[in-house]
Amino acid sequence: MSPTTQALLTFLQTWWVEIVSGVIIVAVVPLIAGYIVLVERKLMADMQARLGPMRVGPHGLLQPIADAVKLLIKEDIIPDNADKVIFWLAPVISMTAALTAMGAIAFGPWFQVARDINVGLLFVLGVSSLGFLGMLLGGWASNSHYSLIGALRSTAQLVSYETAGGLAIVSGLLLAGTLKIRAIVNAQSNYGVWFVFLAPVAFFTYLVASIAETNRAPFDLPEAESELVAGYMTEYSGFRWALYFLGEYANMIVVGSVAATLFLGGWLRPFPNVHWLNWLDWLPALFTVVVGVYCVLRAGKQPVAIQTWFMWAVAFGCFAAAILLAAPMFITRLSAAQAGIHGAFWFLLKVGGYIYVFMWLRFTLPRYRFDQLMRLGWYILIPLAIVNVFAVGVAMILETEYGWNRWLALIVTTVFTLGAALFLVRVNDKHAEDAVSAPAATTDSYVE
Amino acid sequence: MMPAGHYLFLSLALFLIGVIGVVSRRNVIVVLMSIELILNAVNINLVAFSRLFGDVSGQVFALFIIADAAAEAAVGLGIIIAFFRNRETVLADEMDLLKW
Amino acid sequence: MLNSIIFYVFASVAILSAALMVTRRNAMHSAVFLITTLLATAGIFLQLRAEFLFIAQVILYVGGIMVLFIFVIMLVSLDTAVHQMQFARRKWVVLFIALALGFEVGFALWSTRGMPGHGLPVQMAAPADKLPPNSEALAGTLFHSYLLPFEIASVLLLVAMVGAVVMAKKRT
Repeated sequence: MSPTTQALLTFLQTWWVEIVSGVIIVAVVPLIAGYIVLVERKLMADMQARLGPMRVGPHGLLQPIADAVKLLIKEDIIPDNADKVIFWLAPVISMTAALTAMGAIAFGPWFQVARDINVGLLFVLGVSSLGFLGMLLGGWASNSHYSLIGALRSTAQLVSYETAGGLAIVSGLLLAGTLKIRAIVNAQSNYGVWFVFLAPVAFFTYLVASIAETNRAPFDLPEAESELVAGYMTEYSGFRWALYFLGEYANMIVVGSVAATLFLGGWLRPFPNVHWLNWLDWLPALFTVVVGVYCVLRAGKQPVAIQTWFMWAVAFGCFAAAILLAAPMFITRLSAAQAGIHGAFWFLLKVGGYIYVFMWLRFTLPRYRFDQLMRLGWYILIPLAIVNVFAVGVAMILETEYGWNRWLALIVTTVFTLGAALFLVRVNDKHAEDAVSAPAATTDSYVE
Repeated sequence: MMPAGHYLFLSLALFLIGVIGVVSRRNVIVVLMSIELILNAVNINLVAFSRLFGDVSGQVFALFIIADAAAEAAVGLGIIIAFFRNRETVLADEMDLLKW
Repeated sequence: MLNSIIFYVFASVAILSAALMVTRRNAMHSAVFLITTLLATAGIFLQLRAEFLFIAQVILYVGGIMVLFIFVIMLVSLDTAVHQMQFARRKWVVLFIALALGFEVGFALWSTRGMPGHGLPVQMAAPADKLPPNSEALAGTLFHSYLLPFEIASVLLLVAMVGAVVMAKKRT
């Protein structure tokens, strides 16, 4: 066997898990993003007292497939003087950045593409910030004024809130003491409590910053239809638009995963170290059994035969998942697998909850105007995040050097941070009143 | 790690391409980008030798260079914008207000 | 062997996109090629096991400085077809000087390729798995030995921020 073949085989032998996981991520995430869109439409419908997509498939479950087919067969329009190479490149950058960032996230103690690199969390942040280039280049390459202004506004918003989100993450990292993803979750296991209870202000700052970073309402001015006609995405049609859209939803999954890893305990169940709550380990299996039973009950009431079969198939899948989740607890030989399988379930549940909060806020709050948005980012969130880093650091020093009780130190510093937040909001309200009463107009200095 | 000469040659090549860009381009923004390229070449050199000597100070130095490059790019671009507002040009040949 | 393949791939991408960057007529294309050069450099950092510097390069250079450059290019981009001559007259001189210098150093490196370490006074590099964790080592050195330069760098960044804002503000 020639040395190159030998080298290739050793390469495959050491790295086959990562390669397969990478392929799975690239193949599966667009489908999952499509289903998140369906969930969003159903939630929107529910909050608006209507039903949402119901026609395509039972309860509209095949709607994303119909949407994907439609987008694939749409006409691909390229504007006349557009820069063709960059026009093609921009959505690719956006999507690639989001998918690469997923490589470093640990979906459970077993599932991680990048083998726990030293700078795990920073890698996710840094690579997802490459996605901004995608929207900037896309807006410019479209050779249209709406796109350019939308791209500039969008990027300005993203850069501002990336700073605030990064500082909020630093507060969480102070508690964790490391950047490795698995070590962060292990630190939460050692502390015995999720970091959201130790640094709640950091979590809420990161929540707001991540909503702005993914261009979701109420921060979606750059892509709102009544404002700039979809901003940087205006001139994109068909599959290119689908790439941007999927990149945005994949980004949502990424920021949800970062929040779940750093603040919500990653793959740990609630109260991971408390032994008398071990019955919570039955919750995953119970949850899937309940969903399966609901599907069985609805299967008989479907109007068309194929929908009945589809519901039976979904119910069967739920029961299979329930068996998979309950198996490690019955069969002692598989008990080592419990952490892996249950971990994945809890992680996905937390990411799902985070995305649910995103959608909930989208359907509830009105949109921010651009100058209000920038004011919130620079005047309120960034100072608050800096004060929070300072406060968490002081709390940790109080605990280690001066022997305070950990909870007392953290509660005192959290109260201090909330006081600072109140102060910032009050100062800004006063400034906003002065600005409104003064005759000078606030110019949008990004466009001359 | 590869033999040190490979990194030296890569760093040299990027440095020389950056120098060509700085000296011979008319567009001031491309000149600034070539300066960034020069700084990157130096960074590669520093990190390669930091790995070779086992001393992490080289990487600390490279980190400071990156921070410094950010500051310099920001100020340089601010100057370009201010000049562009006055003279409507970004070509180095046409920025000759101080010539007699 | 994977090591050398990664190095050659990233090195060739870096040199090729640097050469393309310097020769494009359109400033936006130059910016995109500089982005690929910077990403390839980040890959070289990763290959040298400098993980923190790799991600710092991506976040700061590509995600920060290049976004700034692209903003400015968008704001000052004129019709590039008007300007036919994108190179100054002295391009041949500098090309000759660059080639001479490159040939000189390249010859020096080539003629010492047999000697260990190219005749430079160096030790052998530590094998990759015996390196200490990179972020921790970097942070330790930065905050123990180089704390004063760190503080000065933060003042420098503050000054640069204020200066850039003042410079680019509109005089109303």
